[in-house]
Amino acid sequence: MLVIENLHTRVEGKDILKGITLSIKPGEVHAIMGPNGSGKSTLAQVIAGREHYEITQGDITYKGKSIINDKPEMRARNGIFVAFQYPVEIPGVNNAAFLRTAVNAIRKHQGKEEIDAFDFSETLKTHMKKIKMNPEMTSRSVNEGFSGGEKKRNEILQMMLLDPTLVILDETDSGLDIDALRIIAEGVNSFKNSQKAILIITHYQRLLDYIQPDFIHVLAGGKILKSGGKELAFELEEKGYDWTT
Amino acid sequence: MKALNKKEPTSESNLIHEITNRKYKYGFETKIDMEIAPKGLNEDVIRFISSKKNEPEFLLEWRLKAYEHWKTMQFPEWPNLKIAPIDFQDIIYYAAPKKKNKLNSLEEVDKELLETFDKLGLPLLEQKRLAGVAVDAVFDSVSVATTFQKELAKAGVIFCSMSEAVHNHPELIQKYLGSVVPYQDNFFAALNSAVFSDGTFCYIPKGVKCPLELSSYFRINTANTGQFERTLIIAEEASTVSYLEGCTAPMRDENQLHAAVVELIAFDNAYIKYSTIQNWYPGDKTGKGGIYNFVTKRGICKGNNSHISWTQVETGSAITWKYPSCILKGDNSVGEFYSVAVTHNFQQADTGTKMIHVGKNTRSTIISKGISTDHGNNSYRGLVKILKKAENSRNFSQCDSLLIGNQCGAHTFPYIEVANNSSTIEHEATTSKVGEDQLFYLQQRGLSREDAVNMIINGFCKEVFKELPMEFSVEAQRLLAIQLEGSVG
Repeated sequence: MLVIENLHTRVEGKDILKGITLSIKPGEVHAIMGPNGSGKSTLAQVIAGREHYEITQGDITYKGKSIINDKPEMRARNGIFVAFQYPVEIPGVNNAAFLRTAVNAIRKHQGKEEIDAFDFSETLKTHMKKIKMNPEMTSRSVNEGFSGGEKKRNEILQMMLLDPTLVILDETDSGLDIDALRIIAEGVNSFKNSQKAILIITHYQRLLDYIQPDFIHVLAGGKILKSGGKELAFELEEKGYDWTT
Repeated sequence: MKALNKKEPTSESNLIHEITNRKYKYGFETKIDMEIAPKGLNEDVIRFISSKKNEPEFLLEWRLKAYEHWKTMQFPEWPNLKIAPIDFQDIIYYAAPKKKNKLNSLEEVDKELLETFDKLGLPLLEQKRLAGVAVDAVFDSVSVATTFQKELAKAGVIFCSMSEAVHNHPELIQKYLGSVVPYQDNFFAALNSAVFSDGTFCYIPKGVKCPLELSSYFRINTANTGQFERTLIIAEEASTVSYLEGCTAPMRDENQLHAAVVELIAFDNAYIKYSTIQNWYPGDKTGKGGIYNFVTKRGICKGNNSHISWTQVETGSAITWKYPSCILKGDNSVGEFYSVAVTHNFQQADTGTKMIHVGKNTRSTIISKGISTDHGNNSYRGLVKILKKAENSRNFSQCDSLLIGNQCGAHTFPYIEVANNSSTIEHEATTSKVGEDQLFYLQQRGLSREDAVNMIINGFCKEVFKELPMEFSVEAQRLLAIQLEGSVG
C-alpha cells in the first residue's frame, strides 16, 4: 500500500531524512521507533505532504502511484490520515462542524452524498462513546482548551470518522495517562482490519504493549538502522537508543 | 534528483497574488439619464439640492449654516491613514436619475434601475423580493424605491426615504435631524449636513416590535459623484427594530467620496440593532481608485434600559473612517459594537467606536476583529468614556487582529477615560497570523487550502457574525469568502 524508496528530505535547509526505504502492505502494523530528533515526525509530515518539506531524492508511492506531487488534501481524500503529535487549535471553529466538513470533503471525493447534520450527529455520538470522549467536546472550538489527552482522543475520533486506509499515529502515546492510552489503543485495534495499514511512530515501547506491531524499524539520524519483529522493541527497551548514535 | 515536492511559490506570495487578482463583482455601471448638479460646492449648489427636493425653509437654513461652519473646519489629520488631498470643488454633490413623473407604484420605476438592483441581488418588485426584509434602495443621490411600505404602515412603522420624510413628517425631522450628530460635530458631518441628498428614515412607535427587517441599499453609480446620505432611526418607548445597510459602487480609477451620517435614538426600553455590510469598491491591486468612506454614526440611548447595538462587516472601500458610537444616557442602558474590518491590497481602515457612559449602571461591549492582507493597514481606534455620574458602569473591549502575509499592518489605539471609581473596564487585545500549522491540519483532513482559510477566518470572526441577522450572516460569510478568494495557493 505504501512504498517509500530512498527518501531524502530537507527542511529549512537542513537534511533530515537521508534515504528511508520502507514498504507497508494492507493489514500490517509497522512501528517506527527512534530517539528525539531522528526524523520520525518529519517522515509523518512528508508522507502527508507538508509544504516546505522538500523531497530532494527518492519517492513515495501509495496504492501504486507516486504521491509526492499531490496536495495534502488529495492525499487525505485518498485515505492517508495522520494523528498529530501536537493537534493545533482553531479558535471559533466548532469541533462538530469541522468534523462534518472534513467527513463531507472526503465523501464528496469518493462520489458519495454529503451526510446531513442529523445523521452525522448520531454517528458522532456512537464513535465518541467508544473512546469515552466527553460529549461536550463537540460544541467547543477545535482543540481549543482541550487537555493533551482530549486532543489525542479528538485525533482518534477523526480517524474513526474519516475511515482512512493508511493511518499514521505520530507520538499518539505522548502525554497520555495509562487509562487514556488503553482506550486509544482499543480504538485503534477495533479500527484495524485486513484492508488497513497502520504506521505507529513512537519513542517508547509502551503503546506497542497495546497495539501489536508486525514490524519494527529503528530510525536514527534520518536512516533506518535496523528492522525486525516485535522482539526488537524489547531489545530497545533493554539497551536504550544509545547504540544507535 | 528524481522528483521534488513541487509546490507553487510560497503560500503567502500565492495568497497575495490571488487576492490582488480577484475581481470585484459589483463593479458594473448603469447607463441611465441623470440630472446632475454642476461640479463643486457653494451656496448655489446647496440651494439647488434643496430646491430639487422642494424642501421646507428650515432645512435649507440648516444646510447653509452647516456649510458656513464647514468652511471654518479642517480635514482631520489624526487618523492612521495616508490620504492624498481631496479637492472638494472637484466633486459632484448631486446626481439623480431623471424622473418622468411621480411614481404610483414600484412597477413604474425605470427598467434600468430595477435591473441594477436585480444584478446586485436585491430585487425590488413584489414577486421577486426577499421575504421578511423591507428595502429602501438609494441610487447616487436619491432613493428610487422603498418596498413593503404599506405592510409596515399597518404596524404604525414609518419606513421611507429621507426626502419623503421631510415632506410627510417635517415635525419629526425638525425635531430630531442633527440632534445626535450636530453639524458642528466634525468635518464630514458638517459637509454631509450641507449637501445630503437622501437616505432612510425609520420611526417605530411606542410598544411596536417592527415586523420586518428594515434595510437600505446604497449604490454609487455616476462618476466623480459623492454620495451623502443620512439615516435617522427613532425607536419610541419599548419598541424594537433591526436595520441593515449594504453598499456597492462601480470600479473606477478615480476615488469617490462617500460621507454619510447616521443617527439613532432609543427611548425607554427600546432596542435598535443596526448592521452594516460595507462592500464599496476597494480600489485595484495597485491602490488605484476605490471609495473614500468617511462616515459618522452615533446612537443615543436616551431612555432608561434602552439598548443600541452596532454590527459592521467592512470589506470594501479604499479608505474607511468610521466610529459607530453610543451615548448611554439612560440608566441601565446598553451599547454594543461588533466589527469585522478587512483590508487588502492598499486598503486602509481606521475604525472603531466610542462608548460614552452618562447614566448609572450602563454597560458596553466592544468586539473588534481586523483582518489584514498584502499592504492592507487596519487600525482599531476606540474611546470608552465613563462620566462621574455613570456609577457602576461596565465596559468590556476585545480587539483581535489577524494577519496574512508580511507587509500588512494592524494597530490598536484604545482611549479610556473614567471619572468614577465604581466602574469597571476590561480591555483585551490579540494579534495572530493564519498559521501554516492550522492550514496543514485542515488540509490533512481533506479540506482544500481555500476552504481551510475560510474556516479559520470565519472562526476568527464568529463572535461578530453571530450578531448579524440570520439572512445576512450567511451573506457576510460568503462575502468574506469572495474577498479572500484564492487567498492561498
